[in-house]
Amino acid sequence: MSDHTEQSGHSGHIVPVSTYLLVFLALMVGTALTTWIAYIDLGRWNTVVALTIAVTKMVLVVLFFMHVKYATGLTRVVILAGFFWLGIMITLSCSDELTRTWEIVPQGWNMILPVVFRLF
Amino acid sequence: MSTAIAEIHETPAESGVNYLNVTYGIKSWLLTLDHKRIGLLYLGSITLMFFVGGMAAVLMRLHLVEPQGALFEPETYNKMFSTHGIIMVFFFLVPSIPATLGNFLIPLMIGARDVAFPRLNLMSWYLYITGAAFALVATLSGGVDTGWTFYPPYSSTYSQTHVVVVALGVFIAGFSSILTGVNFIVTIHKMRAPGMTWFRLPLFIWAMYATSLIFVLGTPVIAITLFLLGMERILHVGIFDPAVGGDPLLFQHLFWFYSHPAVYIMILPGMGVISELITAFSRKKIFGYAFVAFSSLSIAIISFIVWGHHMFVTGQSVYAGLVFSVLSFLVAIPSAVKVFNWTATLYKGSISYEAPMLYALGFIGLFTIGGLTGLFLAALATDVHLNGTYFIVAHFHYVMVGGAVMAYMGGLHFWWPKITGRLYPDLWARIAAAIIFIGFNLTFFPQFMLGYMGMPRRYAIYPAEFQVLNVMSSAGASILGVGYIIPLIYFMWSMRYGPPAGPNPWGAKGLEWTTQSPPLTENFETIPIVTEDAYNYPSEAAHG
Amino acid sequence: MAELATHGAHPQGFAHQFEDIEQQRDAGRLGMWVFLVTEILFFGGMFTSYTIYRALHLESFIQGSHQLEVKFGATNTAVLIFSSLTMALAIRAAQTGKKKGHIIFWLILTMALGALFVGLKLRFEWYRDYVDGIIPGVHWFYNGPHAPGVKMFMCFYFFMTGLHAIHMIIGLGILAVLVIMTARDRFSAEYYSPLEISGLYWHFVDIVWIFLFPLLYLIGGRY
Repeated sequence: MSDHTEQSGHSGHIVPVSTYLLVFLALMVGTALTTWIAYIDLGRWNTVVALTIAVTKMVLVVLFFMHVKYATGLTRVVILAGFFWLGIMITLSCSDELTRTWEIVPQGWNMILPVVFRLF
Repeated sequence: MSTAIAEIHETPAESGVNYLNVTYGIKSWLLTLDHKRIGLLYLGSITLMFFVGGMAAVLMRLHLVEPQGALFEPETYNKMFSTHGIIMVFFFLVPSIPATLGNFLIPLMIGARDVAFPRLNLMSWYLYITGAAFALVATLSGGVDTGWTFYPPYSSTYSQTHVVVVALGVFIAGFSSILTGVNFIVTIHKMRAPGMTWFRLPLFIWAMYATSLIFVLGTPVIAITLFLLGMERILHVGIFDPAVGGDPLLFQHLFWFYSHPAVYIMILPGMGVISELITAFSRKKIFGYAFVAFSSLSIAIISFIVWGHHMFVTGQSVYAGLVFSVLSFLVAIPSAVKVFNWTATLYKGSISYEAPMLYALGFIGLFTIGGLTGLFLAALATDVHLNGTYFIVAHFHYVMVGGAVMAYMGGLHFWWPKITGRLYPDLWARIAAAIIFIGFNLTFFPQFMLGYMGMPRRYAIYPAEFQVLNVMSSAGASILGVGYIIPLIYFMWSMRYGPPAGPNPWGAKGLEWTTQSPPLTENFETIPIVTEDAYNYPSEAAHG
Repeated sequence: MAELATHGAHPQGFAHQFEDIEQQRDAGRLGMWVFLVTEILFFGGMFTSYTIYRALHLESFIQGSHQLEVKFGATNTAVLIFSSLTMALAIRAAQTGKKKGHIIFWLILTMALGALFVGLKLRFEWYRDYVDGIIPGVHWFYNGPHAPGVKMFMCFYFFMTGLHAIHMIIGLGILAVLVIMTARDRFSAEYYSPLEISGLYWHFVDIVWIFLFPLLYLIGGRY
């Protein structure tokens, strides 16, 4: 419980400056790329590309600037849980907001149910 | 040799130093970093809010003895039920067990000296009372009439009441919850005593952990929702305004994304308390420890995917209604698991009927009724009929009052000797428990019937044929009120005149019972090393 | 038999509810991550609303997005990314036992970049939005196409960038406190937790902007 090992957490891990600079460069390139692609017509893919680049940038910041690459499993679970819960909120809200015009019509086997109920 | 806990202290309460007498003066309380004192600060403020919210309830029930309303204009009645809901939900039920019993017990139960972040803990309390102050000031200046659910467009555009101030109060109190949740999660992960593995933890801790997950994942969403509502009201710009393409239902989605898990914030700690009470007063280890532990986590997780069942009749799509209905049936399963496990624990236990146990037994019955009636509401077709009626009111009062408040009372009675070093008079406690049980059922069972027959909720007047049941309900409410006042009296009496409690008046298992009563500020003289499971009561075979 | 080591000399910054500095460090880190999850959900409520309305009113959102100038959004993105680098270097300086002047240099540079972000926003974006009359509820006289929907979009723009800016300003406050603490020799290669966890907060604020930029400025493209 009170082992002073270097492995616990990442208390000891020091990231080289060169890694930070490479990540910084990648982030700047990503920003430039996103901006440049916005001026090219890719139709619906514009959004996909922009978000893919954004997610990549986020992953780089999380792994290297925030040291998650060297962090415990618990840290990763916490982060993933946060995003997963955001996903729940977006997905289930959209399941209502984007389906208002859907008609739920009994088809196939479900058509039998009203008949079955009338039998009783 | 099976001494699992190092050194049991038999220090008599009246001669030793403890966390209550180690320093004196108002500053030592208002600037304390001791989790136990912070728990007591919360206890005082939460009790105050309970009685304020209770006053609103008493006034409502008095008004409803007459079909045309006995006391108020409809506008005032609307403010009454709104105030009752807001104060009871946000300022009583949500913080009740976590902030009082949780703060007090978590470090003791896991063998730690305090929570991970004592200063954040104190700040939580200050945020809570600031939020409560906003809400009380707004209430005294006329309150709100939007219901505790603040639905736009009424709350954003048409209501002429103090919506922004109350919303601000709730917003601030929300941060209190968030910090408490962060504190508890980190404390439970990182500060358990040596040998206190996850599966040796008391089930109260599992319940508090699950509750803290909800605090952390849900509360921020109500914060942003109230912010958006405030912006709409102040700037008259429409996020929820259909005239500019907004959707009032979006508010409901965001609101209920928190508020549904919030009801599990209210019940999960109560369930944790019940696990402690049932085991202690049947002197038996819990049946199915892992099932109960995992059911707490399951409830916390599933609670986040069912919120649309509050919106079946407000305009949600049929598709989403189907999805949320199916998911809502799921959430009943882990709750049922707990009820079965408690019952199995009772079986062949050595049961005694002190006040805490009376509350626990009452909880099991009343929570089961409340929970089952929730299933009526999860089914789309029956919900169409029952939504907006007193059936809903009865359902949630069964789980929140018959469930959570009974658990809170049971927990207060159980740990009172530990917290204060004093015993309360058990005869009076049992009488009060019985009065509460009778008063509660008389108040709320008629409401199931009223709802089934179609009496709408949140209405200041009602058809004359419903009067008998309403009068019964109001009579029950007066009895219930008396039932709640009696413990207030004997608890206060006990603090000065109650006989000293030893370290373990109930003979219960758990690290908190190995310390003196009241405990030292630092909880333990030496941090214990844990080698046995929770609830390790001697089994039948070991009896002489 | 039950005692853990009673500490002779207390390590710098040690808090007594913990058993040792390692536990304290772990707890601080976990605490900040859990807090950042609450921030994900907090901003997430706005991202959820944005997703729904963008799906339902895409044309309005495109029109609204075109009211914003990409060059300022892109510049500010670069400024924030640079500030994340300088923050990481400040922490690294503490980790490697550099002198406090070195640490303070990087912290102040981070603050300057953060202040630059806020300054650019205020002067070149929000002030101009005020002049152009596209601030809903405050100064609104837009009458181009899709006016109601553009108003909705601009609400999102101001709420999201406004909340983000508030978080930035709080971050600047935190950095100022860190500068003072560093100047008072509170940190060393063994103890720099407040720097580390403040860094996590700062990077989080950067990540929020990394998403706000494409989602607000680049809807529907600029072709």
